Amino acid sequence: MTVTADPVRQQPAPPPDASRRLVDRVFKARELAVALVLVLILGATQLSNTEFLSEQGVKDLLLNATILVLVATGQAVVVITRNVDLSVGSVLGISAFAAGIHLRDGGSPLVAVLLAVGLGALFGVLNGALVSLGKVPALVVTLGTLYIVRGIDSIWVGSRQITADALPAGFVDFGHDGIWVLPYLALLATAVLAGVAYYLRSYHSGRDLYALGSSPEAARLAGIPVRARIMTAYVLCGALAGLAGALYLARFGNVDSATGNGYELTVVSAVVVGGVAFTGGSGTVYGAALGALLLTSINSVLPAIGVSSVWVTAINGFLLLLAIAADRILALRVAAALRKKAARTRSARHA
Amino acid sequence: MYGPTAKSARLTAALAVTAVLALGATACSGTTKDSANKAAGPAAATGKADPNKAIKKGLTVAFLPKQVNNPYFTTSDGGGKKALEQLGSTYKEVGTSSGTDTSGQVSYVNTLTQQQVDAIAVSAQDPGALCTALKQAMKNGVSVVTYDSDTQTGCRQAFVSQASAEDLGRTQIQLLAKQIGGKGEIAILSAAQTATNQNTWIDFMKDELKKPEYKDIKLVKTAYGDDDAQKSFQQTQGLLQEHPGLKGIVSPTTVGIKAAAQYLSGSKYRGKVKLTGLGTPNDMRAYVKNGTVEAFELWDPAKLGALAAHTAVALESGRITGAEGETFTAGDLGSFTIGKDGVVLLGKPTVFDKANIDQFKF
Repeated sequence: MTVTADPVRQQPAPPPDASRRLVDRVFKARELAVALVLVLILGATQLSNTEFLSEQGVKDLLLNATILVLVATGQAVVVITRNVDLSVGSVLGISAFAAGIHLRDGGSPLVAVLLAVGLGALFGVLNGALVSLGKVPALVVTLGTLYIVRGIDSIWVGSRQITADALPAGFVDFGHDGIWVLPYLALLATAVLAGVAYYLRSYHSGRDLYALGSSPEAARLAGIPVRARIMTAYVLCGALAGLAGALYLARFGNVDSATGNGYELTVVSAVVVGGVAFTGGSGTVYGAALGALLLTSINSVLPAIGVSSVWVTAINGFLLLLAIAADRILALRVAAALRKKAARTRSARHA
Repeated sequence: MYGPTAKSARLTAALAVTAVLALGATACSGTTKDSANKAAGPAAATGKADPNKAIKKGLTVAFLPKQVNNPYFTTSDGGGKKALEQLGSTYKEVGTSSGTDTSGQVSYVNTLTQQQVDAIAVSAQDPGALCTALKQAMKNGVSVVTYDSDTQTGCRQAFVSQASAEDLGRTQIQLLAKQIGGKGEIAILSAAQTATNQNTWIDFMKDELKKPEYKDIKLVKTAYGDDDAQKSFQQTQGLLQEHPGLKGIVSPTTVGIKAAAQYLSGSKYRGKVKLTGLGTPNDMRAYVKNGTVEAFELWDPAKLGALAAHTAVALESGRITGAEGETFTAGDLGSFTIGKDGVVLLGKPTVFDKANIDQFKF
């Protein structure tokens, strides 16, 4: 299957023609818009409260976003393939507890983090297998695993919890220390983000994910190994949720059986606000990360300017609708522009 | 968990409401084979109390916590066990492994009644569901005491309450005032805006702040972290950014205080901004040891269990019946007077600090 497909896929990529550049530009603009909103909000808050972007303030903003950025990065990869992973909150919770148990029993932090990543990846395999083999909508499958994993978590954890005094001091310090205003956690998340972005952009298998999301049927006909690619996306997403769980433990120093409950909705919001289309095939992990940063920043902005936090959810919802509207308008514009261009080149050829 | 969180606030509110609504009404669920259990009212409370009666020895008192193997209840029942051993009686503990298995709790009550234990101390998972079974137990001469979580007032003879809302509210302000040297700006980090017990405590805090000795303390804001770690973190950050001169934070919720402590301990504010409130020693141990938190408070569950044991024995010995105004002594815990609706108040909360925190494991 792959052999017959190879000639097609290994054709030298056509030089970025005008339409490709246009699409690129539009999507850059889409991320730029999120970045701009972010800058405006942060700037306005800084004007009304000069403490906001102090050294501690910037550090807090970055730390607050780190965990969401990681999970949103993984989620974006899945959403790009026109799937979704709703189990991330549960996976985060159970991985965090696994890491916590290991640390409480005197284990090394590195092993604890790897344990969390491994456990996350394992649930990723489960999700990937169910979605790709079962041919059931991912929304339903991962809703199922959301409950299953949370159920396992509740039985296993029970009323126990991991508290800060059970963790080695170095691990907890890692959760808030950093180089100047850059916390270690944020640096780690940035490295992961850059790695995933590079993979999606520059690797064949990474590009396949976009193809898969744009048109699963066409991708299959073009010889893309659909199951393997979906599996990759879910394993990556699960592993990142696991990593996020370990970092959650370091950051909050407290894990119980409810950790990560309901987190999936925040993650999906971040991904969509960041311009990763739910219909698959478009968006970047950078966008998702910006979306995550924007959502967590709003949660910090409101208390800093003294606005009641009850507004947070309403504002998040508004941003979500705004993002979807923007995406729709952009998509229509791009389609129109591409049609026009195609018509022009046709008439030019006939001339 | 069983402390002052939003969930238990709602539960407490619901409990209060149901208790009021159900006054005079017979209770609802729970099945016993005996159909004669429709007689309303506490059967055993009709006897006459004689405070000078001898304390009976060799009694069997069963503890039925909301959940076994839960650190909070393990500590409280441990306190009950110790008290019973000192009184020369036998302790036993039974219970469900889930905190929401109400039908399981009902069958435990029925089993204990059949086993003819002398008294039951129960922390009710539900204010109404246990009523039929508990009334049946009382009819059979078993003394019934609730602790930590009450049932409707007619279904038990006495309720041993951990602390009064007024004490909890006022003492937290007293604690913080001492830590910040009696002056400066303070803020409150609560759970949900609608949490009834939080709001009751906060009202008492505000009332306490009106006293002249706190004239230099200014409450600048009440923030709501919804008992969510991330949200409580960000609310704490917001408080500190909006009020750079903030001297102290009170968080009357176990989730809020540990989140605020974790944030403070990793920020430049550690040790500079004081934090107190209601927390559990296990949650807070790390922060007390690293200097983020000087002292915080909560009731001592071991004392709660011990008082429940003493109350049960006093009831069974006929020293009290559970009527308002009766007085009894509870060993080294001192003397207690039964209040309205058969409520026995444990008293002022216990303050935990560097010196004593390692004695508490819950």
